[in-house]
Amino acid sequence: MTGTSSGRPAPLVGRAETGSGRIRVDLQLIADLVPVGSRVLDVGCGDGALLHYLTKHKDVDARGIEISRDRVAACLNQGLSVIQGDAEMDLADYPDDAFDCVVLSQTLQAVHDPKWMLEQLLRIGRLAVVSITNAGYWKNRVTFMVEGREPFAVHRDETWYDTAYIHPCTIRDFVDLTTEMDTRIERCFALNPHGAYREINPRSHWANLTAVQAVFLLS
Amino acid sequence: MASEAAPEGAPAKRANGPALTAQQVVLAADAPLRLDSGATLGPITVAYTTQGRLNADKSNAILICHALTGDQFVSGPHPTTGKPGWWDTMIGPGRPLDPDRYFLICSNILGGCLGTTGPKDINPATGKPWGLDFPVITIGDMVNVQRLLVDHLGIDQLFCVIGGSMGGMQVLDWAVRYPERVFSAMPIASAARTSAQNIAHHEVGRQAVMADPDWCGGRYLEQNKRPHRGLAVARMGAHITYLSESALTRKFGRSLQAREQVTYGFDADFQVESYLRHQGITFVDRFDANSYLYITRATDYFDLAQEHGGVLAHAFRNTPVRFGVVSFTSDWMFPTLESRDLVKALNAVGANVAFVEVETDQGHDSFLMDIADYHRIVHGFLQGAADHRGLKKS
Repeated sequence: MTGTSSGRPAPLVGRAETGSGRIRVDLQLIADLVPVGSRVLDVGCGDGALLHYLTKHKDVDARGIEISRDRVAACLNQGLSVIQGDAEMDLADYPDDAFDCVVLSQTLQAVHDPKWMLEQLLRIGRLAVVSITNAGYWKNRVTFMVEGREPFAVHRDETWYDTAYIHPCTIRDFVDLTTEMDTRIERCFALNPHGAYREINPRSHWANLTAVQAVFLLS
Repeated sequence: MASEAAPEGAPAKRANGPALTAQQVVLAADAPLRLDSGATLGPITVAYTTQGRLNADKSNAILICHALTGDQFVSGPHPTTGKPGWWDTMIGPGRPLDPDRYFLICSNILGGCLGTTGPKDINPATGKPWGLDFPVITIGDMVNVQRLLVDHLGIDQLFCVIGGSMGGMQVLDWAVRYPERVFSAMPIASAARTSAQNIAHHEVGRQAVMADPDWCGGRYLEQNKRPHRGLAVARMGAHITYLSESALTRKFGRSLQAREQVTYGFDADFQVESYLRHQGITFVDRFDANSYLYITRATDYFDLAQEHGGVLAHAFRNTPVRFGVVSFTSDWMFPTLESRDLVKALNAVGANVAFVEVETDQGHDSFLMDIADYHRIVHGFLQGAADHRGLKKS
């Protein structure tokens, strides 16, 4: 992951690097989970770093949806098929099983109805790759316990009243939601603050304490 | 006039790259074209321009579709008005439509009045101008004539069909009618059907033309008259729909025209009135009133969904075409909502589509303007499509 110099969790939206063939570690992990030659929809695709990578290296038929006009323009300038739209409304227009794989990277916790969003991803795609920022990370717990402050905004250099991170959840919370939705977790990875990742048991309390992000492959 | 080459040595030429070549060709000579109305028409003369060079495997052709009152003189000085072509800023080396890389084709539409067969031409059956005896045409008919031209040029598949406003409707019709012959399509500031509001605006324009006594029931050419007043009023009304409230305010506000105070009369007191009158007067010199009736009517009839059981998505089922849809925030004639409906339909069938709404206060006419964001997007879309098509860089 691309932490800031202070080792804080990556921003919820926005991507660090493009073009040079190197992408953010969490994006690299997501890219590795996407089947070669598949049809992929990246929901909230930002400036298209992941789509660009998937097109170049995994022979993917890549599409995206992004709310920011400037980022969509950046995608189009790379020749990517991205539409400017609000995923929270526009996903409803896509037919069932339209894609092999739908990606939602660092966006779930910024939407108004994460459960609806997850249902849409799994309706549109046969597989979904979802990455979340883990609110259960120990520094968040310490900030809350010791400083008595809302930790998630603090660790993102934001304030509680203007953060996009409106639905903080822990790995455990997320796993509970997948259980409630009868969704199968095919694989689960935890990323530590140093950018290393490892496959974990999604029910692991240790991972819920030490991971800053988690990436799930759902079906 | 349309069969002459564009003037040479004009200073604007280098900016637009290789010179525009204007030609005319007679098509549908052996077998007349069957129109959507059921009538047949032929032979049909088509006036067109080309710019750049068709590559060896004929894979770099871009068909540019002009709008209601546009024409085939897309760039460089216009042969009749002397003004730069309507897409002059879009075309040239390093610009989105680069004639060093692409072979650019633009033809005057069927029913037009700058060299392609239209109501002002002679009806071979009577030896007199067609007038209202000219068959009513559709956007699909215009596209079919363009297809004849593309056949004539020996091009199997167009790399891109691109156009704004009514030109965008032709783009969509191409993609639906001949999906295998269109690699990519870029409808700009357009829609898959004409809204009630736009039909209403068109009707006001037509009634203005027909209310002019010099229209003579459509036979003004034989009587050596021209319904200039009616056509000018039609243009003035239409021109308002091409702009936006904020652009008009920014350009003119309530400023007075060369006077200190209002005159308490009906002279053009306000700058905006003077501007509109100028738009009306200059238009009638270059446009045929009956063409205006026929082309607006063709636009009214355009409804891609209707032709496909009322479901727009059905028009695009299994389409192999790459779509790049562009709209403008201040366009109230073809609002973004209509582009979104198109994108929804394309998404519903899993089509390859890119869409962006460009922010500008310049209204519908934005598609003609030199707006950096807009040009970057067109450039990016074409660049991406060219990579997928395997076109070599110029």
